[in-house]
Amino acid sequence: MTTTELLTGGLRIEAHKRRSTKASVRAARLIERYVIPLDQHSGLPALPLVKPADRVRMFQPIAQPAPGISAWLHSPVSGEVLAIEPRPAPHRLGAPTMSIVIANDGRDERFDNAAAVVSFEQISPAEACEHIARGGIVGLGGAAFPTANKLESSLCENGPQLLLNGAECEPYISCDEMLMRERADDIVFGARALLHALCAPNCTIAIEDDVPEAQTALRLAIEKAADARIRIKVVPAIYPAGGERQLIATVFGVEVPHDGFPADIGVVCQNVGTAAAIARWIRDGQPLVSRIVTVTGDGVSEAGNWETRIGTPFSSLIADSGGYTERMSRLIMGGSMMGTSLPHDDLPVVKATNCIIAASALDLQPRGPEMPCIRCGNCSQACPAFLLPQQLHWYLQPFDSEQLSRHGLLDCIECGCCDYVCPSQIPLAERFREAKPLLARELDAHLTADAARARFHSRNERLARLEAEHRAKLAEKRRPKGEPSST
Amino acid sequence: MITALLTVIILAALAGVATVATRGAPREIALVDRIDALLPQTQCRRCTFEGCRPYAEAIAQGAADINQCPPGGERTAQALASLMGVAPKPVGKEYGVVPDYPAVAFIKEESCIGCTKCIQACPVDAIVGASRYMHTVIAADCTGCELCIPPCPVDCIVMQPAPAR
Ligand code: SF4
Ligand code: SF4
Ligand code: SF4
Ligand code: SF4
Ligand code: SF4
Repeated sequence: MTTTELLTGGLRIEAHKRRSTKASVRAARLIERYVIPLDQHSGLPALPLVKPADRVRMFQPIAQPAPGISAWLHSPVSGEVLAIEPRPAPHRLGAPTMSIVIANDGRDERFDNAAAVVSFEQISPAEACEHIARGGIVGLGGAAFPTANKLESSLCENGPQLLLNGAECEPYISCDEMLMRERADDIVFGARALLHALCAPNCTIAIEDDVPEAQTALRLAIEKAADARIRIKVVPAIYPAGGERQLIATVFGVEVPHDGFPADIGVVCQNVGTAAAIARWIRDGQPLVSRIVTVTGDGVSEAGNWETRIGTPFSSLIADSGGYTERMSRLIMGGSMMGTSLPHDDLPVVKATNCIIAASALDLQPRGPEMPCIRCGNCSQACPAFLLPQQLHWYLQPFDSEQLSRHGLLDCIECGCCDYVCPSQIPLAERFREAKPLLARELDAHLTADAARARFHSRNERLARLEAEHRAKLAEKRRPKGEPSST
Repeated sequence: MITALLTVIILAALAGVATVATRGAPREIALVDRIDALLPQTQCRRCTFEGCRPYAEAIAQGAADINQCPPGGERTAQALASLMGVAPKPVGKEYGVVPDYPAVAFIKEESCIGCTKCIQACPVDAIVGASRYMHTVIAADCTGCELCIPPCPVDCIVMQPAPAR
């Protein structure tokens, strides 16, 4: 077993995983209505293939990817399409987004997906990629980036390194740990399918040094598969070790350029959950219609991990977990460090929902009154993205979009290391999290407004020109025959 | 390919001319342009003018107030107020409500009869289609001005939340 130090930045944080890893993964209760947002993956919203009143079966495709970066969606149950309408969604912080609403008939009649089951060694890497897309597979680490799109970007040309990310550094999330403990075979199967799709020579599964059961399970599964290409790399449980860029730096000792992608340095990083989802699709014909969700925090009676169908409301998972305790104070999707607060629990689980924290005051970082920055530099030392948090904070008030983008606000991974170490108790990461979309929107709004202005202008010119041509023609017609034109 | 090359050459030439011109006479950006830069370019006419540019011209001439643009909301009204050196005020109710979230038009394609009326109404050329064929909105280009909705004889255009970008 080897361990490496993080190149820079990061923290050791007390983990709170124990309470959610006592019981094994259980199946979440089934409910009457499932809400499937069309834009739950990165990229463009999927295009519906069904309409209200259509009957659908479990695993049936209900939306296809838009051209470009997008993903397939499948029905998690059999039943009837009730509506396609805007519904509040967690990845939109509770704002409405177009969603397919399906009434569950409780029969779980399977869509005939026999063609889905393939022996991946017998198809070409490109076909394997296309096949993975058809399973609606997206990155399950939290970003929900369509896996096929990620694979396409480095397909085979140079046989990239495959890195499976099992380093779950967020102190509360344990869905990947449970997955590695209980479904290590799926992960190894998925790893082999990915190796094939990428023409990759080998696969490294990164796992933290504080999850021995998961390590053992994975080692056994690799032994069983007898595949020498797959190896395990143990990394220190330092937050944020599991950040894609941080993990690549730890495992390969190479840094991803700030304006580049892992593919640029020949690495493709996938979450272990994604590999397991690929296995279920290729081996069992089950598309990505469910995932493991950690429900935890001092605000629920009984923390645990749930195999949850996509579209299940958070409220139903909370009920499965014994309901809220009276200490419940804040609902968070994602981890305690990088998650986002949600306004209520009537929101569907999406493919990106790895964890729901019902946080009490105990879970939230105790924070004293905010004091002025003393320029101690702790924050820039802790920042794993090499930013200067104190400078960024300076440019937030008043909001200086030019300086903020120059100082790399958009490169902030919102890990929270900076405010964890800030002696002045400044909630830096929280402010950056709020400011990032504002900045991105501002930069984006400028671009779209410029484009709209240009089209408005060219349209007006075109209309004026057509009008002038029309008048000229009229004048030509009215002119008596034989008379020379005046111009 | 050749046209593309030509365009590049022409653009480069134009850019050259433009820099020479600006280098010769460094002048202030006209007030109208600075106002126009603050407007959202939705081109919806809720300000009672024929688009953002005409509204900008009216403000510059003192013929319009700074609080007439609902799509711009509070932020635009504030920015206009500080540019014009007047007291900020909320968007006037008479110009319409400030939208909660950005929206785009969507044509229910199965109902569209291909009359082209919406194309004629769209101020930013965000609709494609041909006479008696199905029309569709290019969501990325749609500003959400809603001007295409009234002209449609079969009411097949609806507003939807804008897709995430
Ligand atoms: S600035 Fe962003 S990336 Fe850096 S430590 Fe703070 S939250 Fe993390
Ligand atoms: S850690 Fe806090 S006090 Fe120290 S430099 Fe950063 S923001 Fe300022
Ligand atoms: S109201 Fe509409 S047309 Fe007028 S300035 Fe605002 S966006 Fe432009
Ligand atoms: S498609 Fe309709 S709403 Fe969109 S910009 Fe054109 S006219 Fe306005
Ligand atoms: S106005 Fe309505 S019916 Fe006519 S082309 Fe546009 S969408 Fe179709």
